[in-house]
Amino acid sequence: MTENNNNDKNEAGHEKPERVVGTPSASAEERVVSEPTAENESGHAGPFEPSETHLRSEEQQRRGDKMASAWFIVATLAGIAFIASYFVFPPNASGEPAIASPQIAQYSNMLLGGTLTLAMFGIGAGMTVWARNVMPHYEVHSPYDELPSDDQEKGSFSEFFMKGADESGFTKRPLMRRTLIASMIPLGIAPVVLLRDLGPLPRDMMHHTPWENGRRMYVEGTHRALRAEDLENDPNGMISALPAIDDERYPHGISLNDQAKSVILLIKIPEDDWKDGMNQPVSEGSDETHLNWTYNGIVAYSKICTHVGCPAALYERTTHRILCPCHQSTFDATDAAKVVFGPAHRGLPQLPIGVDDEGYLISTGDFNEPTGPTFWEYQGGGGS
Amino acid sequence: MSKTTQAPKALRGVGNYIDDRFHLAKTGEKNLRKVFPNHWSFMLGEIALYSFIILLITGVFLTLWFKPSMLEVVYDGSYESMQGVPMSEAFASTLYIDFDVRGGFLMRQIHHWAALIFVAALVIHMLRVFFTGAFRKPREINWLIGVAIFVLAMVEGLFGYSLPDDLPSGMGVRILQGVMLAIPLVGTYISMFLFGGEFPGEDIITRLYVLHVLLIPALLLGLIVAHFMILWHQKHTQYPGVGKTDKTVVGTPMFPAFAVKAGGFFFFTFAVIAGLSAFVQINPVHLFGPFAPTSITSGLQPDWYMGFMEGSLRIFPNWFDFQIAGYPIMTAVLVPGLVIPGLIFGGLALWPFIEQWITGDKRARNVADRPRNAPVRTGVGVAGIVFYGVLWMAGSNDVLSETFSIDLYLTTYIFRVLAIAGPILGFVIAKRICLGLQRRDRETLEQGYESGTIRQLPSGEFIEMHKESSAETVEVLSSKRDPSSTALAEEDVDPSGVENPEARKGMGKLRRALAHWYTKDNVTVRDVEPHSGHHLHHSHDHTSQEGPEEGKDGH
Repeated sequence: MTENNNNDKNEAGHEKPERVVGTPSASAEERVVSEPTAENESGHAGPFEPSETHLRSEEQQRRGDKMASAWFIVATLAGIAFIASYFVFPPNASGEPAIASPQIAQYSNMLLGGTLTLAMFGIGAGMTVWARNVMPHYEVHSPYDELPSDDQEKGSFSEFFMKGADESGFTKRPLMRRTLIASMIPLGIAPVVLLRDLGPLPRDMMHHTPWENGRRMYVEGTHRALRAEDLENDPNGMISALPAIDDERYPHGISLNDQAKSVILLIKIPEDDWKDGMNQPVSEGSDETHLNWTYNGIVAYSKICTHVGCPAALYERTTHRILCPCHQSTFDATDAAKVVFGPAHRGLPQLPIGVDDEGYLISTGDFNEPTGPTFWEYQGGGGS
Repeated sequence: MSKTTQAPKALRGVGNYIDDRFHLAKTGEKNLRKVFPNHWSFMLGEIALYSFIILLITGVFLTLWFKPSMLEVVYDGSYESMQGVPMSEAFASTLYIDFDVRGGFLMRQIHHWAALIFVAALVIHMLRVFFTGAFRKPREINWLIGVAIFVLAMVEGLFGYSLPDDLPSGMGVRILQGVMLAIPLVGTYISMFLFGGEFPGEDIITRLYVLHVLLIPALLLGLIVAHFMILWHQKHTQYPGVGKTDKTVVGTPMFPAFAVKAGGFFFFTFAVIAGLSAFVQINPVHLFGPFAPTSITSGLQPDWYMGFMEGSLRIFPNWFDFQIAGYPIMTAVLVPGLVIPGLIFGGLALWPFIEQWITGDKRARNVADRPRNAPVRTGVGVAGIVFYGVLWMAGSNDVLSETFSIDLYLTTYIFRVLAIAGPILGFVIAKRICLGLQRRDRETLEQGYESGTIRQLPSGEFIEMHKESSAETVEVLSSKRDPSSTALAEEDVDPSGVENPEARKGMGKLRRALAHWYTKDNVTVRDVEPHSGHHLHHSHDHTSQEGPEEGKDGH
């Protein structure tokens, strides 16, 4: 708001009104300033009623003045220290305490943050001391507005509005009105149409992964192809693996999209531990059983939880349970990865595996079901 | 008193220049005279406002270096531990802000802390408004704006959390996508359109970025401005006290006092957030590493305000999942992901209207309720807090299980029971406490306060002296209105013997039942004459008039 309408600060300073040179309404403005002061009575020069203004004692004000000033000085010094500490730690100069090292970055952070805190706190504390010790305590009364307008105002508005609407022809010429409304409809739909190219239609995209017959597998994060012995040397072991793809476009050799849908857990299960579920077909009407899709006690399940897609990365060796650390869906690795606890809708999809001529583990096809979070069309669409 | 200081020449010049063009002297004075009631609880909304300002400032700073790109690069920046690691440009530029931009680490931490405090402050502010009934007419629309701010703030926070593309943040996006996929019929399409294809794709960070830095902040800013302008126009509610009525507000004027207090409070808020950011590490993305859809760590925790969603995803079982002709309806995802937030936010949005429907109260209420004087509302609020709190705690059930060595699955069962039993217990206990406090208020009003002085009567009997409460206390206590409802006032049978048709309809019956529930328990003070109690023994010292509970004001 403008600062010129009421100047009642009790500050020492200009006693005499001064003319403002170059402002056209200077003389008028002086009248405005002097009026409220003249109205006040009983020696109280404040902007509000004396009964609403509880002045602080002169003693308290003097103390407050000093205290607030002390805080403002602290804030000033801290502000200077903040600027100085910016230059203490350079970004990446060799031989100096550069912030490229996490330890130094932390010191820099503490120094900058500490001085900033102090600077802010000093200003806040100073202003609070000012408001509580120097300024009066106010208990000003002011009316809440009567909220509904009175009937006359409402009636007048309504009459004015309808007269205007009538005269404009909007109410009396339905053809024009309706065609105007009709013309808005296609434009209202247009933005939705424009967003069509945000993404492709799902089609059967989510039903396929890079796994196919004969595809070798890499240990996740490496380019080392897995052999069956890698698991045999570690009974009850678990290895996380990806399809062996070396696409130069990606630093990992495989896109994140493909990683997200094709990552598997390879688990070695002792022969006696298999449960009945393994003898059921991998999908409805299929001749293959879950057990057929294992190789030499090694079973491969999708690592992505069917709940909302976190990697189900925890494997309890003793119970052969796969646990998703996000929402604790639990799957039984010996029983076709059926859900035994938690919110997942369905078990983990299984990947058929075997070995090739050179003894490397391979997939012999794609998963029996789409991997990842369960979605509406997971059983329909492209199929597997 | 000294003479009024003349306005400095320069200030007058500027003032005149502006007034010559806008005619603002009168409006300006009126607004500078605007009165703000005093109470510590009225500062909660301020914290939210100031945190938002801090978010805008630090957010702009971060955008100067952040690259919202999912292009995969091999990191070769200053931070040694990550050199040679493939990551998105988003994550690499976040590391750049941390380790190459001086003050960048601090600004990022301030941004994150301010976000947590922004949502926390607005939730606590909202609870204050709820429990004091400050949402009642004429402030229902401002309440709705507040609920919208709350929802947007959560979404804004979630998207911001996702931008650095570190491991936990990417997992947050993955969970979001998983919830989307569960939506019947259109879920797959929504996900494909938002991500520009399959998860994670190459677009999501760029898209979340523009939502996070442009669209949602603009909406938030607009809503916050509207929220504040409505507050300014309608004036703030106040607690009962001498001279404080539905017609008159009492408090501190904007100029000079409130502006300075509020300004000081802004700096305090900033100081606290800066202090946390300086000394309490938050979201150390350089330790988490870049997002990979195949990796995860246990004990993953979202930002606090997403905890209730995480918790409900954890504890809601898959027992109610079913399939229609081979198409899954995953209640275990849909209920936590959509129904529970819908209940919480929908309930919040509707409550003022539900309460108004029950009570039939159509008057403008500028004096806020003391929570105890609306026991059913307070009970409902506590039930809501308990429900939210249980879900929130369930969001860290793995951490709790680990810390207290409780079986993980057992914690899930415990939280399932608590989520249902907790709110009911919370309601009953809170309501009982309210009624107990009402009873104490009535006693205090009737008998004054217990002075702590024991006196022996000539008969040998010991009594405790009661002293007269202050005028302020008497005013506060006797201002209590009994809960009432027009539904109960309307008689079933009118004088001519015709039954009220409203009361026979289903909705009418429901309303009467709710009105009964809302008003039945109450300790009235209407028949109490202050200090009329027969146990009141006046102290000889009549100068002591200060009440024990109500100070002058609390700022």
